[in-house]
Amino acid sequence: MQLATLAELNAERAARRPAILVTDVASGEQRLVKAAAIGTDPLSNELTTHLRMGKSGMVEAAGKRLFLNVYAPTARLVIIGAVHISQALAPIAKSLGYDVTVIDPRTAFASPERFPDVPLIAEWPDVALPPLNVDHYTAFVALTHDPKIDDPALLHAFARDCFYIGALGSRKTHAKRGDRLRAQGASDADIARIHAPIGLAIGAVSPSEIAVSIMAQITATLRLPAKEKEQAA
Amino acid sequence: MLNRDEDILRAAEDWHKTGHGVALATVVETWGSAPRPVGSNLVINDEGTFLGSVSGGCVEGAVVTEALDVITSGQPKMLEFGVADETAWNVGLSCGGTIRVFVEKVG
Repeated sequence: MQLATLAELNAERAARRPAILVTDVASGEQRLVKAAAIGTDPLSNELTTHLRMGKSGMVEAAGKRLFLNVYAPTARLVIIGAVHISQALAPIAKSLGYDVTVIDPRTAFASPERFPDVPLIAEWPDVALPPLNVDHYTAFVALTHDPKIDDPALLHAFARDCFYIGALGSRKTHAKRGDRLRAQGASDADIARIHAPIGLAIGAVSPSEIAVSIMAQITATLRLPAKEKEQAA
Repeated sequence: MLNRDEDILRAAEDWHKTGHGVALATVVETWGSAPRPVGSNLVINDEGTFLGSVSGGCVEGAVVTEALDVITSGQPKMLEFGVADETAWNVGLSCGGTIRVFVEKVG
């Protein structure tokens, strides 16, 4: 790989933009296709499919065997609510390779003592979220139980097309939440995107077990094809 | 903490900038049960220091040896590892799969 290509790839990754490295494995010839250039690339169809699946692989084109290496951004987890579940969830997510951020305007909750080694923002979501550049490669969970904090955060998650959106609360609580969010402009499709009650049904009781069920559901959403995802949910 | 892909490729760039010869190994094909998915990277410098993983530890030693050759020659190589220890590399994958690893020089 040319050093310039490597530097370009690293820059794209630092900016959280996906890129695909196309390598002719016979000759070693190589080019980097940035996300914005995929539409006009001769391999546009193949690149689009591979990027959507987040899957690297070999393709044949014009008699050549080409390896497409898909470099998608590192997944992030944004946790609204510096609550007990979050204390268990943050380290689990970190161990799975997620970049974790915890947001809670209540400074008694959002204390560094409760969240060592996790970026913590003691601000309201409308202040904390815009600079984070939440994107499609982000899982988003609202855990405060407080509509004043969770609702505006969820509206932000819809707008940024997070790959996973989950919120704490019973079916009854969630129905009320749906009404409130619709009143603030959310669509039925937005509401349908929220995993609530949050987490896979594994009979979780303790905050740690609930954290495991949430992380399992996020993993299923990230990794499984649509049909199997429905079964897991 | 495990090294992430970003860290691995960043290390490759940094090593090159500090004057090291560097090679990049990438899993390009897998058959059967493979320990690391297609696209996984391992970077190696001319001192034999490496970061990342192409097989979770099964064949890294052999890949590093080959990578040192690639750094010297500049010629990319395709390596194949299977469970049967009949390959030229004399190492295999305990999980029963086969992987093909592309090794190229950086720079």
